[in-house]
Amino acid sequence: MAFLRRYLRSGAGMAGLLIIATIALGAIAAPWLAPRDPLAIAGPALLPPFTDARLPLGTDRLGRDMLAGLIHGARASLAVGLAAMVAALAIGSVVGTVAGFAGGLVDEALMRVTDAFQVVPRFLLALAFVSTLGPSIGTVVIAIALGAWTEPARLVRAQVLSLRERDFVAAARVIGMHPAEIAFREILPNALTPALAIAALIVAAAVLIEAALSFLGLGDPNIVTWGTMIAEGRNLLRTAPALSLLPGLALVITVLGIYLVSEGIGDALERRGRTTP
Amino acid sequence: MTAPLLEVVGLTKSFHSGGRRVVALDDVSLSLAPGETLGLVGASGYGKSTLARVLVHLIAPEGGSIRFRGQDWLGLNGAPLRAARRHLQMVFQDPLAAFNPRATVGSVLTDPLRIHALAPRAAWREEVARLLTRVGLAPEHAGRSILDLSGGQRQRVAIARALALKPDLIVLDEAVSALDVAVRAHILELLVELQRASGLAYIFISHDLAAVRAVSHRIAVMEAGRIVESGPAARIVRAPESAAARALIAAVPHLVREKQG
Repeated sequence: MAFLRRYLRSGAGMAGLLIIATIALGAIAAPWLAPRDPLAIAGPALLPPFTDARLPLGTDRLGRDMLAGLIHGARASLAVGLAAMVAALAIGSVVGTVAGFAGGLVDEALMRVTDAFQVVPRFLLALAFVSTLGPSIGTVVIAIALGAWTEPARLVRAQVLSLRERDFVAAARVIGMHPAEIAFREILPNALTPALAIAALIVAAAVLIEAALSFLGLGDPNIVTWGTMIAEGRNLLRTAPALSLLPGLALVITVLGIYLVSEGIGDALERRGRTTP
Repeated sequence: MTAPLLEVVGLTKSFHSGGRRVVALDDVSLSLAPGETLGLVGASGYGKSTLARVLVHLIAPEGGSIRFRGQDWLGLNGAPLRAARRHLQMVFQDPLAAFNPRATVGSVLTDPLRIHALAPRAAWREEVARLLTRVGLAPEHAGRSILDLSGGQRQRVAIARALALKPDLIVLDEAVSALDVAVRAHILELLVELQRASGLAYIFISHDLAAVRAVSHRIAVMEAGRIVESGPAARIVRAPESAAARALIAAVPHLVREKQG
């Protein structure tokens, strides 16, 4: 994999990969690292960090294990971020391909819909969607994807517009390939690169929006998320700052890691552009 | 005389660029018998590629008619057109641009078999191997990426892709122009051999009169979107009547010397 080799040569990419791999491992191993329900009481309330070896990061105002909360929160954040990214890319690439390949009125109509989604601030859109349909992890994912698919759609459409004039598309028509197959099997895979380059940015934005929704009480109430932890710790900011600082720090590190990964992907793609004619 | 395979009458097509109307095809008529090669020569920008793309139904002309295999070719569209396309194939000029960069040789050659259900899935491997052998490549090439092949090998794969559908006519648009001289000669030989073996007809488009002369039975000379002269290949080369044909022959000095001496 030449791409992987180029990626590993990028310093930012390596750093990001290390951060995200650590968080992801923690998230995947959550049932073994913190086997107890993170929403259950584990000890005395408001235990400060680094005072009890069994509860290394202390407890919150209800006596719940902070470390367990952080680990399980990583799960929610990454799962929501990745799922929203996949959904946004799927919607965006289908819309972009159909618009670019069909052209004419279909293109006009789809791009005006894209405009309509793009002028609404993403967070407001997510907020409105979740408050209408009720908070659950599924609606949160869809709510975030609804605001994030427009950019990939535009990038894919621009690629499709140039690709559809290429000879290999003409060759596919000459052998009698169905237009739908030409669009989705011949053109789309070649149009995805720029959209994939911003995939990591979509994940980062999704993690932040998810945290913000949870902070406002619109997250899934049955799972721990960093946003909810920050919201609960907020009232005790003066007496127990760790309650909001720790999940806040986790959020910052995660988003930073994702940005670095995105930087690495960008570097790797750019280097390929330089080496191939 | 047998019924013509292809009969083109009065094709016209113009493009608009920067407010100016550029005539690409101006009342082009031609006909082609089964198993025959028509060479189409002309300097660049005289509408040869436009004609190729109109013939294979990639772009629509403004006027004129095309009868192919006794059918109104331009009147076809949708599924009947896709089905009929197997009889008329095309080989493109740039052997790299004509393939999906993600394709392998095997996938390129199975696509036509799959689309037109020409062979059961179990027989694809064997059929691909047969096609590759036919164009002078090894069956082992099937697993290679298109990007790993040389220009000449890619053009062989392009010819194999066209052959996969067992067409009656292949339009070759500058199919050897991007290749170096030695490879060009091999591809031309291959084309003639395939024609002898299976009775294919070709429309061979090139600005290179030497290459056209080598494969064509008849030659038509194009200038500014019109066919200015046509006739048996030997006659056109020996006694060109139009200024355009004379200019093309003057551009290939060794060919003239060969004919005179």
